[in-house]
Amino acid sequence: MTTTTLPAAACEQTPQSSAQALRQNLARNLRKLVRNPLSVAGLVVIGALLLLAAFAPWIATHDPLAQDLANTLKAPDAAHWFGTDEYGRDIFSRLVYGSRITLYIISLVTVIVGPVGLAIGVISGYFGGWVDTVFMRITDIFISFPGLVLALAFVAALGPGLDHAVIAIALTAWPPIARLARAETLSLRKADYIVAVQLQGASATRILLRHVAPMCLSSVVVRLTMNMAGIILTAAGLGFLGLGAQPPVPEWGAMISAGRRYMLECWWLVAMPGAAIMFASLAFNLFGDGMRDVLDPRSE
Amino acid sequence: MSILFPSGRSARRLTGFGHRLGIVAVTLLGLLAMTFFIGRVMPLDPVLSIVGSDADQSTYDQVFHQLGLDQPLYMQFAYYLRDLLHGDLGRALLSGNAVTADIARVFPATIELATIAILFGTCVGVPLGVFAATRKGRLGDQVVRVISLCGYSVPVFWFGMMGLIIFYAWLGWAGGAGRVDLAYDGLVQSRTGLLLIDAALAGEWEVFQSAIRHITLPACILGLHSMAYIARMTRSFMLNQLNQEYIITARVKGLSEFEVVWRHAFRNILVQLLTIVALAYGSLLEGAVLIETVFAWPGFGSYLTSSLLLGDMNAVMGCVLLIGIIFVTLNLVADALYQVFDPRTR
Repeated sequence: MTTTTLPAAACEQTPQSSAQALRQNLARNLRKLVRNPLSVAGLVVIGALLLLAAFAPWIATHDPLAQDLANTLKAPDAAHWFGTDEYGRDIFSRLVYGSRITLYIISLVTVIVGPVGLAIGVISGYFGGWVDTVFMRITDIFISFPGLVLALAFVAALGPGLDHAVIAIALTAWPPIARLARAETLSLRKADYIVAVQLQGASATRILLRHVAPMCLSSVVVRLTMNMAGIILTAAGLGFLGLGAQPPVPEWGAMISAGRRYMLECWWLVAMPGAAIMFASLAFNLFGDGMRDVLDPRSE
Repeated sequence: MSILFPSGRSARRLTGFGHRLGIVAVTLLGLLAMTFFIGRVMPLDPVLSIVGSDADQSTYDQVFHQLGLDQPLYMQFAYYLRDLLHGDLGRALLSGNAVTADIARVFPATIELATIAILFGTCVGVPLGVFAATRKGRLGDQVVRVISLCGYSVPVFWFGMMGLIIFYAWLGWAGGAGRVDLAYDGLVQSRTGLLLIDAALAGEWEVFQSAIRHITLPACILGLHSMAYIARMTRSFMLNQLNQEYIITARVKGLSEFEVVWRHAFRNILVQLLTIVALAYGSLLEGAVLIETVFAWPGFGSYLTSSLLLGDMNAVMGCVLLIGIIFVTLNLVADALYQVFDPRTR
């Protein structure tokens, strides 16, 4: 990275292949991203979260589910860094294992919502007409509820539980993605290169998969990243209301909910898991914000 | 074109609005279908919750028939719509009252909380946004960016609890849970349902003070998210204006920075800002569900969550439907504001 003082264009040759162009583009964006300290901070926290989740058994100091009734509600000290809860379980270890649940929820929701939203948006935008009308009215209905309230209603119908919470959050999270992909597609639909492949006789499926969807990908990815922050909060909110992961699973929102009874005397019961939620959510927000600056030329 | 045909212009605006109303009608119908559907897939048996688990088969069948559950699904939906048009959302199991009556009783408390929250959000968010825009890319801008991203990222229920621990338990500045201190509870006759106004009307200033002490903390925490949203939107609106040529003209004329920013640029974002505030007001309801649970605030959110935990589906669906309707209405209002006040949309 000794060449960073040179203008970016000067240190790159004209790309010879599309793969090389992609690589150069990626490297250029990465350099831009790294220049923003806030998004780097976000990235670092996300990385730390991934490490915590991957190496939880080695990082945690205690068994997250082991009760120790001689040491209940202990304030933070050398043995229990973040204190213990009402069953004497080590809060630090529970937080470490809880990161797995948070990441599980985020990734599952994103894996469901990304492709579904992209598909609906791209199809709706490309074909227009009644297809568009039907899809967009459905999107309108889902968007007319605040995410948490709709998720609440779904979980109420499905019954509480981690997987139901994931389904409920996914059901509420796809509409913004679909809208975004549709808007992108609308701006591409009449582009010359699309007309060119149409004239070559490419099928609609081929055009959508190979020529439209890839162009929408970058803004969809940014949106998904920023959505992850919201997913963390909604999942924590559901956990707090007792509708998400059920005890004794160390889900962060559920931990806050359990600690609520003792919060005025034992602040660490709610302070620690809440701080974990906030840092995780803030990290995704910062990173997503930085990515948007890099990938979306329209934002200032 | 539009100068040549003024009448055609307003006609076009009307059809545009009519079209919009049509969309809203479809959305509302979809909303109803969704709440109906969610209510029907519930694992709970609505008949059992009325007759009790030890009723005999004939009573069960009778109620089953009365509720129209033996009819096909589309007929049930039609009945649901019919009841709804009569303002009937069914009975709440918890209180035995009509859901509409329950909601009417608890809703003013939420309105009071949300209004103070949006006031806080606007009064803090707008200056922050303007400040950030005038210092684009510099330290002040970055600080505001972090503040507003924090506002987005904080779990509102957690912040509420931390607020209670710090400002109530440790410092004793704020009142605790509920709308007033227990000693004053029920002292003021309810006229509007808004406790602050009721207390002021009755001249009960001690109650008023207590109510202020109780509402400030939850309202500020609830308003955090709107503050973040409003600050970010204000910043981007202002940046848009500050890049325009009339601003350069104003600067060349030698106007002070204050006049350029507040008298020229800011005046032009007022309409956009108004629509944003309207939308933010709607999304406060989401936070209210959580914050009311934390602060034992006897409003709409507490009602929703307590009904939810009891499996009281009539009440839950009534609340969800109401939130949806408020959302759609606020969107429509924001749209209309834009159409009416912004000369460029004419």
